[in-house]
Amino acid sequence: MSRSYETSSQWRLMWRKFKKHRLALIALPLLLLLYLTAVFCGFLAPNLPETRFVDYKNSPPQKLRFVDEEGKFHLRPFVYGYKMEIDKESFRRTFTADTARKYPVHLFVKGDSYKLLGFIKSDVHLFGVKDGNPLFLMGTDKLGRDLFSRILYGSRISLSFGMAGVALTLVFGVIIGGISGYFGGWVDTVIQRLIDLLISIPTIPLWMALAAALPRTWSTAQLYLGMIVIFSLIDWTGLARVVRGKLLSLREEDFTMAARLSGASHARIIFRHLLPSFYSYLIVTTTMAIPTTILGETALSFLGLGIQAPAVSWGVLLKDAQTLQTLAHQPWLLWPAAFIVLTVLLFNFLGDGLRDAADPYK
Amino acid sequence: MLSYIGFRVLQVIPLLFAISVIVFIIIQLPPGDFLTSYVDQLKLSGNDVDESMIMNLTSQYALDKPLYMQYFIWMKNILLHADFGTSFQYKMPVSAVIGERLLLTMAISFISMVVIWLIAIPIGIYSSTHPYSPMDYAFSLIGFIGLAIPGFLIALILIYTVYSQTGVAITGLSSPAYAEAPWSMAKVWDMVPRMIIPVVIIGLSGTAGLIRVTRGMMLDELSKQYVTTARAKGLSERKLLWKYPVRTAVNPLISTVGWTLPTLISGEAIVSIVLNLPTTGPILLNALMVQDMYLAGSFILILSVLTVLGTLLSDILLAVLDPRIRYGGASA
Repeated sequence: MSRSYETSSQWRLMWRKFKKHRLALIALPLLLLLYLTAVFCGFLAPNLPETRFVDYKNSPPQKLRFVDEEGKFHLRPFVYGYKMEIDKESFRRTFTADTARKYPVHLFVKGDSYKLLGFIKSDVHLFGVKDGNPLFLMGTDKLGRDLFSRILYGSRISLSFGMAGVALTLVFGVIIGGISGYFGGWVDTVIQRLIDLLISIPTIPLWMALAAALPRTWSTAQLYLGMIVIFSLIDWTGLARVVRGKLLSLREEDFTMAARLSGASHARIIFRHLLPSFYSYLIVTTTMAIPTTILGETALSFLGLGIQAPAVSWGVLLKDAQTLQTLAHQPWLLWPAAFIVLTVLLFNFLGDGLRDAADPYK
Repeated sequence: MLSYIGFRVLQVIPLLFAISVIVFIIIQLPPGDFLTSYVDQLKLSGNDVDESMIMNLTSQYALDKPLYMQYFIWMKNILLHADFGTSFQYKMPVSAVIGERLLLTMAISFISMVVIWLIAIPIGIYSSTHPYSPMDYAFSLIGFIGLAIPGFLIALILIYTVYSQTGVAITGLSSPAYAEAPWSMAKVWDMVPRMIIPVVIIGLSGTAGLIRVTRGMMLDELSKQYVTTARAKGLSERKLLWKYPVRTAVNPLISTVGWTLPTLISGEAIVSIVLNLPTTGPILLNALMVQDMYLAGSFILILSVLTVLGTLLSDILLAVLDPRIRYGGASA
């Protein structure tokens, strides 16, 4: 045991340490599952995100049931249909479960056609009810659109935004922090003051101002890219600090001197010799930055400054749940919040586990 | 000491200048200048737009001059006359729109900060002296949630929970009776209980973060040899804890004021929108939506300047408390 420990590679040691962090070990597969859901949302969602079921506006979630009214157990789950009632005084329409109508849920149901991965045409959905009857596991919004399907489709933007935003932040952070730490001197001073400057402006108001400046005429893709640029322009400071601190100490090491004497270029020394010695820290910092970025997009879209409807992201969906009236009458509109919280918590657990693993020699 | 303060103050000046430039850029960002939107707005509301009025405004904001001149005039008006420009949405000077709301934002952020300190430091000390105890785990869990979930989501969930359980709407900062009333002691007293919810929501993530930092610092200190020595010499646990490790561990925390304050103000902006508080958040959002840029820019400018001054104060405070920084000089 101890021998294998001594001869193990660094990555192997990290994996060992990582395995000890229970929560992180659970978080990793769950996150993969979430991302797979986003990729295959067309297949997994029973409805299309933009289909309006005009007869079922603001209908509450249907419960997936196994036991019916008479207490009989069904192996195949089913949902009850809706019964609409109109309040005589307020004229509000409310829906209740209609136990007279039962719709069994089938696997691989044919429904509306969609494009899997953007190019494979299909009309098979993982599950659904037959003959175009409604299946709203998390209720519908005010236009009668299926919230569950919209959340699945929305995860595409919300989840990918975290990755893409952090990728660009990583580029900025590593390059600027690298220059700052490696060259030192006045370059370092200028960059450090720039970081001080960015940190002293309250982040969310700054995000809001920059996001509001994106032209309203832009398409969703342009807005998405624009917001990624905004986030990374503000967010690189933390990463740059990590990179700078590490480089400041590493550049004094003998192996750096050796590389310099052998005539290696600055870029080669930084990227080939210095960066690899703290990859693990970069990975940890990056993982921790993903949930922040996801939340940033959510917050801005929630405020109406980010991704705009008809595109769906979790923030756009939450926008419907902004007022007390809607919260009081349609509390199921808060479902996207549950997905956001879950994702963010999972990323934090993962990051925590990675941090423990980052320094396996401790 | 004086030379240290002088040095820090001198450092702040270029920072403030840079902030003002950034804010000026933000004001200029939306397509078209503020006058065009103003005139459009007037036309939309069916008003006659007087040519001479446009001329007047053009010269007042130097819109016919190059950008750098516009910047200087904008700065001159702010520095000499405290004139932040005009909000076309309210048809009032920006300073008149901002004043009261800014005060409330600062009050809420400041109270949150005090609450964070009062709660987090004792908990952090407790967790470090009882590591891996059930309470330590409980605090860690709360901390995890507080750090991971942003204030505006907690606010949404809290509004719903409180409303569905009790039927009470916790939005707003004044009860209806006082909403439009002028300022008085009674109005302030009415606000106090309503401030609890925003303060708790805004302070949650900060508390979580500070508990973590305090706990870590304390654990570092407690494992040092002087603690062992003191214990070996028979010092009471109480004195052992409070006399040295706590003081050493809390000292660096003061420097965290610098980054806590902007986070609080930043978090307040969005929580106040959800909770519909009469602070800067909702009005900033609205100003950005209709591109009332002088109003929006002024908010960001003032919030940033206050942040910088807060950081400066905390640095000076730290220097007062910690001679190492005072005599170490420039490195801070």
